[in-house]
Amino acid sequence: MIPSLVIFLILAPLVVALLAFLNRKVVPFAGIVYPAAVVLIGASLGLLKAPMGGQPLMIPAHAEWVEPAMLIAEVGLSAYLLLLAFKQKDWMVGALVAVQAALLLAFHFKAGDKIHAEANLFIDPFSVVMGLIIGVIGTLIAVYAVGYMEDFYHHHHEFQDERPLFFALIFLFLSAMFGVCFSNNLLWLFFFWEITTACSFLLIRYKRDTQSTANAFWALRWNLLGGLGFLLGIIFLYKGVHTVEMNRLLMAPKMLVLLPVALISFAGITKSAQLPFSSWLVGAMVAPTPVSALLHSSTMVKAGVYIVLRFASVLAGTSFGLVVALVGAVTFLIGSFICISQNDAKKVLAYSTIANLGLIIMCAGVGTYEAVWAGILLIIFHAISKGLLFLCVGTIEHKLHSRLIEDMTGLAHRMPKMAVMVQIGIAGMFLAPFGMLISKWAVLRAIVDYNPFLAIFLIYGSAATLFFWVKWLGKLLIIDREYKNIEDGISQDQWIPLGILAGLTVLICAGFSWVAKMFIEPYMMVVYGTSVNLGVGNIIIMGIMLGLIALFPMALLNRGKGVRVVPPYLAGANQGEGGREFRNALDGSQAMELKNYYLQDYFGEDKLMRLGVILGSCLVVALVLMGGI
Amino acid sequence: MWWLGGLLFIVLAPFVGGLLSGIDRKITARMQGRIGPPVWQAFYDVAKLLQKENLVVRPTQKMYMDFFLVFTIFTGVLFFSGGDLLLVIFALTMAGVFFVLGGYKASSPYSFIGAQRETLQMMSYEPAVLIAAVGIYMVTRSFQVAQIVHHPTLIIKDLPGVFFAFFFILTIKFRKSPFDLSTSHHAHQELVKGITTEFSGRTLAKIEIAHWYEYVFILGFVYLFFASNPVLGVAMALLAFFCELVIDNISARVRWQWLLAASWGVAFVAGGANILYLMLKG
Amino acid sequence: MGALSKSPWIIHYDGSSCNGCDIEVLAALMPRFDLERFGVINTGNPKHADILLLTGSINEQNKSVVKNIYDQMPHPKVVVAVGICATSGGIFRECYNVQGGADKVVPVDFYVPGCAVRPEALIDAAVAAVALLDKKRDAMKAGKA
Repeated sequence: MIPSLVIFLILAPLVVALLAFLNRKVVPFAGIVYPAAVVLIGASLGLLKAPMGGQPLMIPAHAEWVEPAMLIAEVGLSAYLLLLAFKQKDWMVGALVAVQAALLLAFHFKAGDKIHAEANLFIDPFSVVMGLIIGVIGTLIAVYAVGYMEDFYHHHHEFQDERPLFFALIFLFLSAMFGVCFSNNLLWLFFFWEITTACSFLLIRYKRDTQSTANAFWALRWNLLGGLGFLLGIIFLYKGVHTVEMNRLLMAPKMLVLLPVALISFAGITKSAQLPFSSWLVGAMVAPTPVSALLHSSTMVKAGVYIVLRFASVLAGTSFGLVVALVGAVTFLIGSFICISQNDAKKVLAYSTIANLGLIIMCAGVGTYEAVWAGILLIIFHAISKGLLFLCVGTIEHKLHSRLIEDMTGLAHRMPKMAVMVQIGIAGMFLAPFGMLISKWAVLRAIVDYNPFLAIFLIYGSAATLFFWVKWLGKLLIIDREYKNIEDGISQDQWIPLGILAGLTVLICAGFSWVAKMFIEPYMMVVYGTSVNLGVGNIIIMGIMLGLIALFPMALLNRGKGVRVVPPYLAGANQGEGGREFRNALDGSQAMELKNYYLQDYFGEDKLMRLGVILGSCLVVALVLMGGI
Repeated sequence: MWWLGGLLFIVLAPFVGGLLSGIDRKITARMQGRIGPPVWQAFYDVAKLLQKENLVVRPTQKMYMDFFLVFTIFTGVLFFSGGDLLLVIFALTMAGVFFVLGGYKASSPYSFIGAQRETLQMMSYEPAVLIAAVGIYMVTRSFQVAQIVHHPTLIIKDLPGVFFAFFFILTIKFRKSPFDLSTSHHAHQELVKGITTEFSGRTLAKIEIAHWYEYVFILGFVYLFFASNPVLGVAMALLAFFCELVIDNISARVRWQWLLAASWGVAFVAGGANILYLMLKG
Repeated sequence: MGALSKSPWIIHYDGSSCNGCDIEVLAALMPRFDLERFGVINTGNPKHADILLLTGSINEQNKSVVKNIYDQMPHPKVVVAVGICATSGGIFRECYNVQGGADKVVPVDFYVPGCAVRPEALIDAAVAAVALLDKKRDAMKAGKA
């Protein structure tokens, strides 16, 4: 039952993708996406039935045609990318594609017959977690995209309507993501990995303007470099221990697999946009917002941290692990710092995503059971809250015609429901007792035991996190003039996923100990033989905190009692309606304007990014050199 | 008996905090060659505020301060009943966030800039506080306050740098010069009253009471460094408070650049070096 | 004495004046007279203040400001006109843009004469003002009940 479910999850989105692609205005997109979403969510919830305790369930999934088909698809894809690269005159991408294809073919023809994987697929609690994220959050974002793309073409007549391609790519991507998290055969994993890279590339390029195309090639370049690392890792692995299977790799003597693991971690680092490669993810924000939510925040970039976390037990205690942890730590610190100076909401989300992925990478590099436990928790919470925030920003952008945080003043009156969701999302990102903070707490505890000095990165990074989330949150609340409610006309396609994600953010927080027990603990027991216990007392305390916060909406009922509303203090010079303007030096009326701090000179993007790229490059070079020696 | 500390905190902290605040004003006045108000002045002030009319700009702004008070008390209860130090710090942050959001919600330029600066202050002190927690953990191998107080030796002996960094940011938490950027006590008037400009009556009284609770909690944190010798601990907590008064009276408000650079720098250099030393020592 | 009389917070506004009274108000807060003995704090924020101290006369420019500050003070509140200009317009009375004393725009409870006013007189006024504050509080409570 479960094996066929896994195979179904990989193949079903593929069918949907084909249907969406062939659909030329025959059925509305909702007609394809909604049924697909119901089926995929249902199927991924079926994963809950998978055996959670004990060893992972191995799924042979042997079929004669699969491997040739994959090879043909890979060669075809390479040829297509090569063509595009030549058109764009991006020689770097061209060279990377060519080298990769050549290596893959060479490897295949030299060792292809001898390679035998006993189980191509597998399932264990960790991949169930990933499967649920992709199946539930991923499809919800696809549903959102139906409404969003409708609006998008309403606002942007300059772009050609290519929605069949768009939805086809989204579902192709979902299929590949399921493949990534259920593959045991690393060659399969690599195949799916490259498909996600290609989907990402095509979706960033989707608008086809100069900026999008340039950014898409930039993203493609670094992801291909990572892919090359991945492929080299597999080749070295095969040379060293004669296997391409993940479970065998994890059982092999540590010394023999360190180099392949380091190379695959390198691939993970590029995929999850760690420094020095982070800029591709920032550039990817030109894509339509559902793409940013799905690929560049909730799922695809999680593939990078997923693979590194898988190998965390190999990295634990090695100097490779320390370097990987440092890459993550530096990325977290610098990413969080840069967020402070950003006004563009999507850029804040992008940098904060980079930073949080850094945190997960740091956990993986540390590799102790506490750290991995915290890392998986981070993946779950981040996927939900960040997905929610991206989708909110997407809709807000369509309504306000701006995605600058400064323009979101008064959102609590202009779009009340949306403002509540943004607040839930932001609270989920940094406030106790919501998810991300629980995880950060766990990370801090894990790191203090491993290397307290790494904790310093975490501490400074979280301080910055606090600052930029609070000022965004505050901005929504300010009512500096009378605002009209402009929330009408947002389609149900957008409200439904938003509502579900907002609900999930709160629910998962309330039930996080259940989540930990259900998914993370069994995985930890298999890999480490032990798991984290936060203590019943602490969980109760967090429950109390959540309960207190839940009182907040109720307090709203009591808002106007026992107070007199007066204009703000403006040094006695109030004027105008509601006294919100003041008399200026020329006896004219001046509206007040409230602008947030951005501390540009201290946390400017350019300066910090330069520093980050230098530090990150040093670390990555160290990682590769250490492998060489 | 774990709940006793928390209960005592809820009941006694306002008295201790209010009295400290009164003593603060008395001593400050004496330092300036004045007689100063009675030591009970802080209580008179709050009693008066409770009887005044409550003016607001936005009807919802007072709720945020209610939650500021609730979470400040929660923080202290968690601390004094021996809870997890990191959770205590997170709860403190939670309280601070409500305070700041109240300032934002008031939608006035003065409270707005106060709120911005308060957030900046939170960002400035957070590293030192967390480093203190990490340092204490390295010495005692526990985050539980209940276990930390029973550590047999003086924690400060291993953590002089961390303590210095923590002491440095006390000025921010006590809202004293030179780090009273967001709002201040006494008669300082820059930016009107900063974040509390738009709060009056009962709500302002609640803010004052929350600050009293905060005082006691912070001094409790100072005590933690000397926990093995309770008499010394209390003495040092009071001494730290007195030092803050002196610093308040001899310095002027600084710009935010200086605040951020100084508090982060001290936390990194003094705290970080201390942590590094402990780590290398094993 | 009730709670209000032990903690009178003031806000001080200076209209058209020679600044003499202005400086005397500040002098009253300085060590020699130390108004803070009685719990007085100079808040500079109408929303925290109980007593509005007005010095200088009212002119076309500042009448709306004085009115505004008065309106932004929470009840119960007391207004003290400090010095002869605030009382009646003083020597500025005949100026083309001067309207007169503080009572032209806000209800004044106490008039403190002097040019410039003496700190002792100010302290006297403060003591009288706090007594009135308590009375007004009682009236306010009775009105509500």
